[in-house]
Amino acid sequence: MPINPMSRRSLLKAGVAGFAASALPFRLARAETPVIIGAVYVGPKDDFGWNQAHAVSMEVLKKLPNVTVVEEENVPETDAVSQSMESMINLDGANLILATSFGYYKPFVVDLAKKYPNVEFRHAAPLWNKDTDPKNAGSYFPYLNQAHYVDGVAAGMSSSGKIGFVAAKPIPSVLSNINSVLLGARSVNPDATVQVIFTGEWSLPVREAEATNALVDAGVEVITCHVDSPKVVIETAEGRGVKTCGHNASQAPLAPKGFITGAEYKWETIYKSYADNIAAGEPLPNFIVGGYDTDMLRNTPYGAGATPEAVKAADEAIAALQGGMPIYKGMLKDNQGNVVVDKEYDNYDPYLDGMNWLLEGVQGSIT
Amino acid sequence: MTIEAVAVSKPSAGIVNVKTLKIAEAFAIPILALIASGVIFSIFLFVLGKSPVQFFSLIWKGGFGSGFSIQQSLQRSAPLILTGLAFAVPAQIGLTIIGAEGALVLGGFAAAAIAIPLVTVAIPPFLTLPLMALAAIIAGGFWIGLTGWLKHYRGVNETIASLLLSYIAIAIMNFFVEGALRDPASANKPSTMPIGDSYMIGTMPGTNVQWGFAAGIALAILLQILMTRTTFGFAARMTGGNARAAQAQGLPVGFLVVACCAIAGACAGLAGFFEVAAIHGQANASLVAGYGFTGILVAFLARQNPVAVIPVAILFGAIDAAGGLIQRRMGMPDATVLVLQGIIFVVLLTSDTLYGRFAIFQPKATGDRT
Repeated sequence: MPINPMSRRSLLKAGVAGFAASALPFRLARAETPVIIGAVYVGPKDDFGWNQAHAVSMEVLKKLPNVTVVEEENVPETDAVSQSMESMINLDGANLILATSFGYYKPFVVDLAKKYPNVEFRHAAPLWNKDTDPKNAGSYFPYLNQAHYVDGVAAGMSSSGKIGFVAAKPIPSVLSNINSVLLGARSVNPDATVQVIFTGEWSLPVREAEATNALVDAGVEVITCHVDSPKVVIETAEGRGVKTCGHNASQAPLAPKGFITGAEYKWETIYKSYADNIAAGEPLPNFIVGGYDTDMLRNTPYGAGATPEAVKAADEAIAALQGGMPIYKGMLKDNQGNVVVDKEYDNYDPYLDGMNWLLEGVQGSIT
Repeated sequence: MTIEAVAVSKPSAGIVNVKTLKIAEAFAIPILALIASGVIFSIFLFVLGKSPVQFFSLIWKGGFGSGFSIQQSLQRSAPLILTGLAFAVPAQIGLTIIGAEGALVLGGFAAAAIAIPLVTVAIPPFLTLPLMALAAIIAGGFWIGLTGWLKHYRGVNETIASLLLSYIAIAIMNFFVEGALRDPASANKPSTMPIGDSYMIGTMPGTNVQWGFAAGIALAILLQILMTRTTFGFAARMTGGNARAAQAQGLPVGFLVVACCAIAGACAGLAGFFEVAAIHGQANASLVAGYGFTGILVAFLARQNPVAVIPVAILFGAIDAAGGLIQRRMGMPDATVLVLQGIIFVVLLTSDTLYGRFAIFQPKATGDRT
């Protein structure tokens, strides 16, 4: 892409800003670089899901001294995101861009990171490639399946073990959540099953409601999900009188009677560490993955649907995961009868990132 | 000599005068409507306790305030010009086609799909890109052309058919992108194989604006000429006025209907090509971005006039570009600019009834009428 006068000028500006910032410590002893975070969300900030989880963490960041946060919601995964990020850099002076949707990364984050080498870009999915991608870009991604494992434990203890799962697309991160719910439930109830319905899209409220109703009709006692906004699933399930486990953000207010707990991200752990790095003038890590062992996840406070035994078992599971307990340990077969886990895998093992199977005990098909 | 006498003795001057008045009216009423929408929206802001002055200065700053902002507005307007044309052209022949979204998606998909073998055998970009564009034009043209065919030969309502065909188009793309044509490397976001940086079309020299913008302007002018200065355009507009009369005159109504629809689809398909070749580098669910539907709004406000689509699309691009700034600076939700767009839409549509009602835009009575 040709470098044009516009970007050269803005590059200069950024350079001057960077120079001024680097000169600051000489004038003011221990002055910190101001942190201006530009956060972009693909959906609304109050979606009871993925975007809300980020926005909630941003509220925590806004309270920190020295940190300014500018946010944009409903930014589609098109050229629009590139423009929003560039506008944050040029018009708001952002020095850290947090791109929170999967499709923002290529080509948008990568291209802009090349264009603005003095701005740090971090993206919420494990996509950064150290060989090909710019050094001022990077990825962060907690493994939510650990919190779904806890959901499974709590759900298994709060019911007879018939769990329903409304899932968006059969991609590895979704499959891992489904399998982890099953393994969590089976850890307390060897007969537990998970029945899954894929809707095919990240956000299809009508089909999500239909899937929830179908699962309830099929006799499941607990419903959980992996869709962008679990609001419809949780409300429908609550209306049908079954218990629920949440996903992404807290859905506790949506289900006062049947909510058990939910798998939530704790993004502020990562965001605070970035802000600290920038303030201190230190380089930011390019790749962060984590889970319960690194304080990047949490489970929603237990609701009325959780039995006291479930709370106890789930708390124990959390403690074990904080200690690094592996979730996938063999032998495990998929629901076609093939052995897919033949040994104990670390929770961050690359083999698991390529997951394309549903474990025996999950009713459903990925094709 | 009285004024009437001048008008009577110089009919040509009178016609020019009428034309100027018409043009003045066509400019004045939309501008008035825009101002009125601004006033109505300001009331809305007052109720929310926000400052209209800050709001409109941010719109200016984010949309037109600097070279950077202007380029953002133009970049965002690029797909809207093409999808606006996709609504405006069939409107001339009296059809309400709202399926540009599907043609865009299918066009983008066709471009990305045909690029896979071409890139694999390393056909140079100057051959590959035109072939991709051609594939996009054919795919889009076929898709909306199909709507026209259904309308004329089967009597299927074109509005419903084009809308529903949109969803089928999206489903077709998803079917291939998640199946046969899926790049195995795109694990968590199914996409076709990327065409690669060397095949990307890049931006117009000296700007950050994609080439789709230039293509949109060229096409808008071409289509304006086609619809107003050729026999084809005349026949099409006549068909739009009264299809039966046109048929009775021996005009090939079926051909005209299908052709106008195909042109519309070609415009939308081309927008899809630019999304792939200038922005994404591959086809995936990101192509479904709603440009096709915003284009309807754009064309309506341009009163289905191909050239007028350009400024309206730029205005929408600017409002979009400024929308982010308004979220960031005023802490207002994203829906704010949608409310503004909605108010503009309603007020401008209402203003249609004002044409011919302002005395100053009416030619003076020439006295010889009785």
